[in-house]
Amino acid sequence: MRHLKHIRVVLALFFFLPILLFFIDFTGKLPLQLHQFLSIQLIPALLSWNIIVIPILIILSLLFGRIYCSTICPLGVLQDILAFKSRFFRKKNKKYRFKYAAPHNLIRYSILGLTVLLFVFGSSFLIMLLDPYSIFGRFVSQILRPIVIWGNNGLATFLSSLDNYTLYMVRQSLFVPLTFGISLFFFLLVGAMAWFRGRLFCNTICPVGTFLGLLSNYSFFKIAIEESSCTSCGLCAKHCKSQCINSAEKSIDDSRCVSCFNCISTCKTGGVKYDFRYKKALPKKAETLETTGSAKQLSNNGRRTFLLTSGAILTSVAVLNARSIAGKRDSIHLRKPIMPPGADDITRFNGQCTGCQLCVTKCPMEVLKPAALQYGITGIMQPHLMFSTHVFCTYDCNICSTVCPTGALKPLPIEEKKLKQIGIAKLRIDMCVVTTDETDCGACSEHCPTQAVHMIPYKNGLTIPEVTDNLCIGCGGCESICPVRPYQAIYVEGTRTQLLAKKPEEATKFEKVIDDFGF
Amino acid sequence: MKRRDFFKSAAFAGVASVFSSKVFGTSNAMSVSSTPDMVAIMGGEPEEMLLRAFKELGGISSYVSKGDKVVIKPNIGWDRKPELAANTNPLLVGALVKLCKSAGASEIIVFDHTCHDWQKSYTNSGIEKAVIAAGGKMVPGNDESYYREINLPQGVNLKKTKIHKSILDCDVWFNLPILKHHGGAKNSISLKNLMGIVWERGYFHSHNLHQCIADAATFHKKPALNIVDAYRIMKSNGPQGKSESDVVMLKSLIVSADYVAADTAAMKLFSQVEPTELKDVKYIALAEKLKVGTQNLEKLNVKRIKM
Repeated sequence: MRHLKHIRVVLALFFFLPILLFFIDFTGKLPLQLHQFLSIQLIPALLSWNIIVIPILIILSLLFGRIYCSTICPLGVLQDILAFKSRFFRKKNKKYRFKYAAPHNLIRYSILGLTVLLFVFGSSFLIMLLDPYSIFGRFVSQILRPIVIWGNNGLATFLSSLDNYTLYMVRQSLFVPLTFGISLFFFLLVGAMAWFRGRLFCNTICPVGTFLGLLSNYSFFKIAIEESSCTSCGLCAKHCKSQCINSAEKSIDDSRCVSCFNCISTCKTGGVKYDFRYKKALPKKAETLETTGSAKQLSNNGRRTFLLTSGAILTSVAVLNARSIAGKRDSIHLRKPIMPPGADDITRFNGQCTGCQLCVTKCPMEVLKPAALQYGITGIMQPHLMFSTHVFCTYDCNICSTVCPTGALKPLPIEEKKLKQIGIAKLRIDMCVVTTDETDCGACSEHCPTQAVHMIPYKNGLTIPEVTDNLCIGCGGCESICPVRPYQAIYVEGTRTQLLAKKPEEATKFEKVIDDFGF
Repeated sequence: MKRRDFFKSAAFAGVASVFSSKVFGTSNAMSVSSTPDMVAIMGGEPEEMLLRAFKELGGISSYVSKGDKVVIKPNIGWDRKPELAANTNPLLVGALVKLCKSAGASEIIVFDHTCHDWQKSYTNSGIEKAVIAAGGKMVPGNDESYYREINLPQGVNLKKTKIHKSILDCDVWFNLPILKHHGGAKNSISLKNLMGIVWERGYFHSHNLHQCIADAATFHKKPALNIVDAYRIMKSNGPQGKSESDVVMLKSLIVSADYVAADTAAMKLFSQVEPTELKDVKYIALAEKLKVGTQNLEKLNVKRIKM
């Protein structure tokens, strides 16, 4: 029985480490198949109607309680790691300092209710903001990964000065204040809650935790205190990071227990047991818990104010961001956003993407960036393409649509990807250097994989670009390399529905045999 | 003459002759006036054409000495397989690495400032594999920190630029372009290949592409040789190409220390497939104007070989 905790820790690391490394990996060396670890996350599985994963997760919770929260959920494991670390910053006698606390039922059921309600009415805004997996993804991609890359680049610079090129420089992803702000806010929120109160976030804010908590009230296997062998020493409650063990009343709040088994391994008398208890549910005690809970609610005003204020801060950041965009006048800033290939339709995509940033971190060209307000307020943090010098969508790459766990990007076979029209190039011929300087350039056509942008005769032996719309797939090669700055003479306008472009025609083959040098 | 004296003088002479061949080795090569200014070969495989060219030019040891740090700059600009002729033939790059190795080079570095993702380009061009197999080293060119600024006093529009430090720090380097059609510059050969040793290419496009290419050629550290890969050439839709229909097999190689002469010859070869006015590839004439080389092939000692 005591080994249950160790099994839990091993399982947690088994899920946590691959997910963490997959998000951090900037070399592209880890296999893309690792995205399977993300497809089994509850929210992505729900959004993509994964008919294998959803039943398994529900059955798992009905059988064993919230082991999902303790092992599969990376944010849950991250909190455990933080809570574990916090121990080393405490005095010896206060290391295990948890005590029973009443649940914040009003908050947790309101958040769950609101999230579901909004989703039913077609907005996944709250899901995007609160899905624990996506919060974790944003924390790694926005905060941890840049630090790792920064370290890599420092070391690479040092090594290259010694003529060693084992490490190479990696481009830092673009800093998007809004996304960074939200990621940092949630990291601080989750981090502080975990540091001081263990799994408070999971049991108060996380809609997934609340949902699984409802299920685990009815689970077959549960932890309970055996009256016969309990000495009421209270050790289990001190070790309970969910703060759900009331050792005075010898009761456990099943809806908040994440099945971490710490209590079992800490109990000296074997008084806490994990057992088949389907019929032994204790409705009476649960009721008393609820009443004490709502009484305590009143004293939580401070926390609520904190949440409200932070919400207000976020909104003002968003508004400021919107202002700064509206301030720039070139039509390039008013273009429709460019969705990643496989998004298909803007409404569907916006409703299904949780902004987890996986595609953003896996994009080898780093052309995918989290949106500020390009998709509107409900689409913040969802990926869109942003071109800059040498940064555009690679012709035969479909990684983003391969790894997307929520189905917001549908898997695209490579041949289809090469035709997927994520946008169409708009040429502003009066700004082109061939027109303004009367010199050759052709950088746009040079980078065009389909030759939708091609050169036609101009004057004095010069050639000038021309765009054939139905060949253009919107990869942005042209925009990325156009030397006209700050506003390019050619840019890509996103499509709201991604259609297929015409297949480019091949050149006529040269059949003659050349057997002379010609000079 | 006493016997002892004879031995003494003989030994002296022997030492002297060994000595002189070392010290005056270069003058020896100069005295062989029959070394051609350009070698053009047709009809062989990449490696055998390369070996033959070096045989005509006095062997690899006339270019690479023992212990030299060598840089080879092929075109690896694109994430394309070798059959599409967007990048220099990997067999040719590998063969040159092997040759430099045999001449005792201490280090052979290969890089390009790619247009597509550098790792994918290095891998899918087949060049990384060929270079490593032959004992060379691939070095990244994807970050500004790998480049150092130099002045181009003779440049017209391009007065200074940042060049990859491996080229600045090496003993000898080889320019190894592929002959291609090019949407912007008309054609890409050895002069255009120089855009892969510089960092800020956008400047070229916005400050008269042709003039900047010619200016870059005034860079004081010239390649020992320009080795133009015309085994497979891209006749249309360059520089990326769309399919193998853009590719023509010419099984040729043009080698010259003169950028302008190499590009002129390559253009004449190319024009037999896709007629192109030499004057429209403006950077060639502009480079000649900057005294980088000559378009006049008549004046040069050109060795033509059919295998």
